[in-house]
Amino acid sequence: MLNLIMKDVLGTPAILVGLFALLGLALQRKGLTEVVSGTLKTIMGFIILGVGANVLVGTLNSFGAMFEHAFHIKGIIPNNEVVVAIAQKAFGKTTAMIMLLGMLVNILIARFTRFKYIFLTGHHTMYMACMLAVILATFGIGEIQTILLGAVILGVVMALFPAMLQPFTKKITDSDDFALGHFNSIGYLASALVGKYLGNSEKTTEELKVPKSLGFLRDSSVSLAITMTILFVVVGSYAGSNFVETKLSDGQNFVVYAFMQAIAFAGGVYVILAGVRMLLAEIVPAFKGIADKIVPNAIPALDCPIVFPFAPNAVIIGFFSSFIAGLVCMFIFPQFGWLVIVPGLVPHFFDGATAGVYGNATGGRRGAVLGAFVNGIIISILPVLLFLILGGMGFQGSTFGDSDFGFIGVILGKLGGLIFH
Amino acid sequence: MKKILVVCGSGLGTSFMVELSIKKILKELGLNAEVAHTDLTTSKSEAADLYLGSKEIVDNLIDGKRNVVGLKNLMDKKELTAILQANLQANLQG
Repeated sequence: MLNLIMKDVLGTPAILVGLFALLGLALQRKGLTEVVSGTLKTIMGFIILGVGANVLVGTLNSFGAMFEHAFHIKGIIPNNEVVVAIAQKAFGKTTAMIMLLGMLVNILIARFTRFKYIFLTGHHTMYMACMLAVILATFGIGEIQTILLGAVILGVVMALFPAMLQPFTKKITDSDDFALGHFNSIGYLASALVGKYLGNSEKTTEELKVPKSLGFLRDSSVSLAITMTILFVVVGSYAGSNFVETKLSDGQNFVVYAFMQAIAFAGGVYVILAGVRMLLAEIVPAFKGIADKIVPNAIPALDCPIVFPFAPNAVIIGFFSSFIAGLVCMFIFPQFGWLVIVPGLVPHFFDGATAGVYGNATGGRRGAVLGAFVNGIIISILPVLLFLILGGMGFQGSTFGDSDFGFIGVILGKLGGLIFH
Repeated sequence: MKKILVVCGSGLGTSFMVELSIKKILKELGLNAEVAHTDLTTSKSEAADLYLGSKEIVDNLIDGKRNVVGLKNLMDKKELTAILQANLQANLQG
């Protein structure tokens, strides 16, 4: 009986997160129908996550094969969803436990210290919990210790990273009503500091005229499909029609094959996001509800697009500047014999745009351009370093894209190497 | 029941927070509506009585048929309240 509960019920991550949702819904005193449907949807969200992962693994394997054949080096695609989805097979339970307890630690810190920030960007909480589960597993300190240590680290970064950015966030929004809860804080901090010391806040980006036609980039699945198509077709061409058609596509024309793989990749990410959305739909409101009751004067830390309307031009400028930095890094890294990091439109869009907004707040136009450029370098270097630590764990040539995952992961990985080996 | 769809770039964080604020405001106003959140791609194939989101994003949804309202400040409760009152109460009468 104990074995049934511990192993088969609680050991199945989908059921475990379903139970969290059940608990959250019950605490909010929802009706029976809402409790049942919310719980089922949460479990379904978790399963959808796995379905998307299977699609992605196939396309990433073929991308990896083409890339290595073409350039004789490994290319990395930074994408949080890929790593998290793949990691759920082995680390699902630990991830779920770290996430839940980490949220509790966040509430406790907000309740008892002056850091009143409640981190409400649920998908980033989940991704960070997953990264911690993977890294801490290498310590070999036992499951319960891993979960507790992970939860403390998660809760601390959930409260402290928004706090670290708050002086700049206040400058952007002119209020103290909300904070930024997005795990690329290192990139934003760097951008704000670059803006402060190298920029000129008198000349803001918002006096410039920027074409409106770039709006389609906001449609993540479209921009992802476009980037991946370019990548797959270019890499496929370098690998050569002969290699692709004999080894991978079973005779299908290599351009058609590359195109289909690229769209399948974007489709896989779309499926995973749909799963994540369903998974979080009940957990985040429960977290927020509990935090609202326990923490007086709590400040919600929210996802990055929340600052976009305060400087729409800086959003576009920051994206381009960050992406150009990513391209520069892609060409420079191999000269040093480093791994090649493929710049993704999606991380550079969200992170670069937000870095642009922070750089503009402290240093105007020059701050937005230079700050976002530095952000672009940071989100190229940190994923490579993190990949070197995660690489052995078989995440199909993928790694986390945003800077905080790399920052925390690399520090922990190095510390763990010193202490436990 | 009227359906409100909140839209953002990836349909994860921002739209979710706006959905939570809308639900709170509806409760305060004593109005009833179904509220959901999603990404831009999905929103194009999902029917709703009112599409909300930050202006640059939901501008992509305007086709003359959909009822689309772009928000300037996503966290501004007053702006949201006014939009909800205008749309839901007008719809109830019509």
